[in-house]
Amino acid sequence: MSNFWSIYIIAITVINIAGCVALLYFTRKKKPSGQETKTTGHIYDGIEEYDNPLPRWWLWLFYITIIFSVVYLILYPGLGKFQGVLGWSQSNQYAQEVKAADEKYLPLYEKYADMSIKALQNQPEAIKMGQAIFANTCFGCHGADARGSLGFPNLTDDDWLYGGSPEQIKASIMKGRNGVMIAWSSILSAQEIDSVSSYISSKNEQPRAFVKELVAEGEAVYNKNCAACHGQSLKGNQALGAPNLVDSVWLHGASPGLVKDVIRNGRMNHMPAHEDILGPEKVHLVTAYVYSLSQNKDKADN
Amino acid sequence: MGENTNNNYSYKVIRQFSIMAVVWGIVGMAVGVLIAAQLWIPALNFDTAWLSYGRLRPLHTNAVIFAFGGCVLMATSLYCVQRTCHTRLFSDKLASFVFWGWQLVILLAAITLPMGLTSAKEYAELEWPIDILITIVWVAYAILFFGTIIKRKTSHIYVANWFFGAFIITVAVLHLVNSAALPIDFTTWKSYSAYSGAIDAMVQWWYGHNAVGFYLTAGFLGIMYYFVPKQAERPVYSYRLSIVHFWALIAVYMWAGPHHLHYTALPDWAQSLGMVFSLILLAPSWGGMINGIMTLSGAWHKLRTDPILKFLIVSLSFYGMSTFEGPMMAIKTVNALSHYTDWTVGHVHSGALGWVAMVSIGALYSLIPGLFGKKQMHSIKLINLHFWLSTIGVVLYIVSMWIAGLTQGLMARATNPDGTLTYTWVQILENTYPQYGIRLLGGFLFLTGMFIMFYNVIKTVSKPEAADTRIPEPAH
Repeated sequence: MSNFWSIYIIAITVINIAGCVALLYFTRKKKPSGQETKTTGHIYDGIEEYDNPLPRWWLWLFYITIIFSVVYLILYPGLGKFQGVLGWSQSNQYAQEVKAADEKYLPLYEKYADMSIKALQNQPEAIKMGQAIFANTCFGCHGADARGSLGFPNLTDDDWLYGGSPEQIKASIMKGRNGVMIAWSSILSAQEIDSVSSYISSKNEQPRAFVKELVAEGEAVYNKNCAACHGQSLKGNQALGAPNLVDSVWLHGASPGLVKDVIRNGRMNHMPAHEDILGPEKVHLVTAYVYSLSQNKDKADN
Repeated sequence: MGENTNNNYSYKVIRQFSIMAVVWGIVGMAVGVLIAAQLWIPALNFDTAWLSYGRLRPLHTNAVIFAFGGCVLMATSLYCVQRTCHTRLFSDKLASFVFWGWQLVILLAAITLPMGLTSAKEYAELEWPIDILITIVWVAYAILFFGTIIKRKTSHIYVANWFFGAFIITVAVLHLVNSAALPIDFTTWKSYSAYSGAIDAMVQWWYGHNAVGFYLTAGFLGIMYYFVPKQAERPVYSYRLSIVHFWALIAVYMWAGPHHLHYTALPDWAQSLGMVFSLILLAPSWGGMINGIMTLSGAWHKLRTDPILKFLIVSLSFYGMSTFEGPMMAIKTVNALSHYTDWTVGHVHSGALGWVAMVSIGALYSLIPGLFGKKQMHSIKLINLHFWLSTIGVVLYIVSMWIAGLTQGLMARATNPDGTLTYTWVQILENTYPQYGIRLLGGFLFLTGMFIMFYNVIKTVSKPEAADTRIPEPAH
């Protein structure tokens, strides 16, 4: 802030507060004792006005708020560049609170930092902490129950875009992922998109509707354009994050219309890197929790 | 009716605005009830884009503030300025232009907001072509109002007119500055704000809070200053107090906007100034309440028999309550709890329903019969019923939102022993859910009252008699 603006802010603030005080000072007179309340003498459309003095309690309320404000502006930033005698700022307050929290809580997390993800599966306390971090941080996309939603992967099934080993899950959380399905509408014709989606449906484990006559053409289109990422066998490629197309998991929707839309317009999926957001200790516990979701599934289902 | 002479008041535009105020009140509040219902049963958006919450919410706020509130303010200000200046409106043609121009603004808002055309600035969502129309109509309104003041036959200007005048001038300034934008397309009306980042946020809330301060407070205090002494048939309590709280109010309100942006990218100094001036604002706000309620001293018994007076006095109580709550919520430590919760929604409605709507309803009940040559409304009993529906509705609304907001704030800051947050967002939502039901009921009761008012008004005006529009000589 330049000196000019600092002085400007101080000046209009002081003038405004002093103006309030002056207004009260010059109008504060009490009612002369023994005198009857009189009207001002003006009459508008039958309405008259008494000239009662300002209520004392109201006047004091006004003064008290002004005194509070003056004290506040001495203690805290407000008057232009003047930072206040307490030296408070919201960024300082934030830094102090984060520091205090780190000192208090980090030892709790560091306790588990050296244990492997698999070993943590036997530490219910650690899994619970991981779940709480997940519920605070990851719920926005994956849901508080980790089941995801359209476009956001379900983490409780055993289907993994980038692999479900502890190391792979941790890498996804730490560094983030960018899932890119390019838009094919400028490369493939509408007919080719119809046929390739029929081919994909025909190869699915689940029975899906498809047009038989298009399958042969679809296979040729698939092998030429799609197999590079999704594989000759349609089972995807975890190194690229290319989804498996033969299972029943459809990240962007299972209906034939949505599948074709994904092929036509592509999809850009982004998992942000959480290394700096959570720090490695917390990521370690979230990894343990996410890993536990698919490990316990068999037991839960049986 | 032989009233178009200079010896008569101009009532046509007042009648038009009064009736439309009731109509737009019903429309705006009905949309409010619908979106409250959507928070209770989300499927009530019927999977239709233009019925979705995000589009109807600005329609609700614009309809109740600018359509309902605007028609009430224009009816009452143009009535009051004539009556207290003992002169006819400055120009009938201009009055007609203001009425039809304002209805066109409302109609365009009702079409474009559900279409999703929005500048995304809260309470200023309308896109630039409508903003330009608003400016033209507003300037016409200002000329009409101040032109009438200039040709007044009284020596002084009555206090209600100071408040109306401050409201008209300030809203013009707020609207022009905040709506400054760069249009990028003439077919979709899309534009971008002239400001960016924290400055845009500050301009927006400078506008937003002064819309509360000058539109929803100063304007309606003007209504209070005319209709309370009229209805109570008592002199205003204190001329001195009205001067002091008027000047303090308009000087201090201007600063309060930053309290909407506590703990954000707004610089610390601006946040502090927003907070301290919000606190100083408490006494000037209460000045209006004291002056209104104390005007009734010596006539308290009238509250028993006159439901119109009940509306006016209860509205002042809600005004006092919400102008106490506001400064408290502007304190940073309180705001850290209340911000981003339904407490804010409750606070707004304690002002909007309890103060603005109830003082408007009282004023309209007082105003309408005389405009149509009637002594009083068709049914006083129905006014009484309306009063109780409104009061119970507001109380249900704000109490449920207090509970919801406080719970949300407390749940959101609860932490586990390991420092993680105790509750997920969806748990907080589940906890709020019953309160949304109570709020919906409160809103529904308030809306029901408006329908009763509509019936009562129709009955009152359906056989109009010649109104007494003669201008009496000023007493001094």
